[in-house]
Amino acid sequence: MKKILVIGATSAIAQEVAKLYAANSEELILWGRNSEMLHIISQDLLVRGGKKISSISHDLNDLAIHESKINEIWNTHSKIDIVLLAHGVLGNPRKAEVNQAEMLHLLNSNFVSHVSLLTFISQKMVQQGFGTIAVISSVAGDRGKQSNYVYGSAKAGMTAYTDGLRNRLFPTGVHVLNLKLGPVDTPMTKDHKKTALFGKAPSVAKGIVSAIEKKKNTVYLPMIWRYIMIIINSIPEAVFKRLKI
Amino acid sequence: MEYPSWGFYPVVKNQDTYILPNRITSIPSLTTSLLPRGLGRSYGDSCLNENGTLIITSQLNHFISFDESSGVLCCESGITFDEILKFAIPRGWFLPVTPGTKFVTVGGAIANDVHGKNHHCAGNFGHHVLSFELLRSNGERLRCSRIDNSDFFFATIGGLGLTGLITWAEFKLTKIQSSFISQEQIQFDSLADFLTLSEQSEKDFEFTVSWVDCVNTAKDVRGIFIRGNYCKPSESAVLKVHNTDTFKTVPLFFPEWILNSFSIRAFNELYYRKNLSHHKSNIVHYEPFFYPLDSIYHWNKIYGKRGFLQYQFVIPYKNDQGAALSEIFSLLQRSQMGSFLAVLKTFGSIPSEGMLSFPKEGITLALDFPNHGESLYEVLEQCDQIVRSVNGAVYPAKDARMRKESFAEFYPRLNEFEKYIDPNFSSSLWRRVK
Repeated sequence: MKKILVIGATSAIAQEVAKLYAANSEELILWGRNSEMLHIISQDLLVRGGKKISSISHDLNDLAIHESKINEIWNTHSKIDIVLLAHGVLGNPRKAEVNQAEMLHLLNSNFVSHVSLLTFISQKMVQQGFGTIAVISSVAGDRGKQSNYVYGSAKAGMTAYTDGLRNRLFPTGVHVLNLKLGPVDTPMTKDHKKTALFGKAPSVAKGIVSAIEKKKNTVYLPMIWRYIMIIINSIPEAVFKRLKI
Repeated sequence: MEYPSWGFYPVVKNQDTYILPNRITSIPSLTTSLLPRGLGRSYGDSCLNENGTLIITSQLNHFISFDESSGVLCCESGITFDEILKFAIPRGWFLPVTPGTKFVTVGGAIANDVHGKNHHCAGNFGHHVLSFELLRSNGERLRCSRIDNSDFFFATIGGLGLTGLITWAEFKLTKIQSSFISQEQIQFDSLADFLTLSEQSEKDFEFTVSWVDCVNTAKDVRGIFIRGNYCKPSESAVLKVHNTDTFKTVPLFFPEWILNSFSIRAFNELYYRKNLSHHKSNIVHYEPFFYPLDSIYHWNKIYGKRGFLQYQFVIPYKNDQGAALSEIFSLLQRSQMGSFLAVLKTFGSIPSEGMLSFPKEGITLALDFPNHGESLYEVLEQCDQIVRSVNGAVYPAKDARMRKESFAEFYPRLNEFEKYIDPNFSSSLWRRVK
């Protein structure tokens, strides 16, 4: 039986991933902010076959408690096989361009909190000598564009950090996976017009579980985004800066 | 994002949406009227709320409890039949009653008190519901069952989403030993034969349904009678779930000329003849047996942008031996209104419990028509008159055009039902028929 720590467990994608592990009778530790929602999700995962579900409700942007919470988790569970970092916000991109508080909120929720958590998680993983750290990043981190570059730069930071962490942890037997997600039809994107390119949370979740199992380094989900990003990245900057995307 | 009905008719404007984040949150106070919305598989305007707000239940998708020994499942109202099947079948359970698509939510199945091919022995979905929670717009939460708040229980079953929002429901699944169906298909070429086959089959077969050709110009109806039972362990002891990943989808609207009276006639001729022998027995998976159209995910787009109308009615037939039904068939043939798919079934004698539930003892026919406009609405109005004259009813979940006088006659408990409507809830259908 594997032990899986899901951080940002109330997100729609994290819930779908947790359902797959629960159906496989694994043990899950859920970390999110909303304790009522965590209770609803725990009940659901138990019905679906999860062997043991526990939860921690605490704001992930409260960096001061990260070290003690991670210590607590490892003290209680002694080992963790998989850690999935799934929290994040889209925020208000227009506001983040001009408002310092919104900009900091976006950076903290999409980058700083992740790096802070990983500072402690990576030490625990190295001590145990095995395990996988999977981070949900975004295709928005591949190239900055006017529609959401504050969010995108946080995700770009995330990509650089996970690449570096993977490189450092490789000799220790700990694997690091970067999940570059395209837009997915979830409450996070409820105000966005849905196109055919929007992923569905259950199939994206299947892709995540399979990438974790296969120890992939970086995956694009839905897969089509790998090709879309090849095209977007190949546009010369002299042209790109004139585009409205 | 747009929220059309499954038939793309009528087209309504200005629908706001509110995604309810979880079952413990109250419904926000809004200035417009509210209507719960699951997967929007209702054909006409019962799932539409022009100039109002749709409360989207997609986040109410959690299981709450399951009792492996009794099969009682408690889950949130936004869970789909598709998801319940994936959960239940490996454990040896099946839905007690299912409509012809698994893309409906539990909330929608209760609000329309849906029926299936086993109506003659299992009744409606509502008959299997033990309890649910009804969230009213004033924040009140009513736990409803046949004992607690039973008036709200019977108003909400078949209540078209107007009595409040169902947050969770508890119902009993059926034990199965195989996910395969032992099926027989028998050709018939008259209404009398159909009625004889129905009567004989209902004793020994859990599921019965017929496909009929109602564009054939011969004087009587012809079709294929389909009956089946879950396989016994000696025939198949496999519990295999359908595969959702292999969907073919119809991504674009088909051009309107594709479905015309010629192509519909040709399709019906081929379908009738595909059964080369008069009587055929085989074993099939539940997916093609219960959900033949689900494998083409957006089959509703086949009718083009003008959309299509479904028409399903029930009429008692024991007194007139199907005379009213024959009258409807000949009316449809005379008017050259071809139905691509016509489905015929008898409802058994189990009385519906909901104040506005559709099924009652008799014969039910479901038809779908490309939206020809006024000429079609006139023919359907004439059909309504025949249905009225023999105390039948038309199914609101599939209606887009019946007149309020007809609705009042089809649903005599309307005034009683009205007392239980949430003051802030409404729908396009409701404003049309009331």
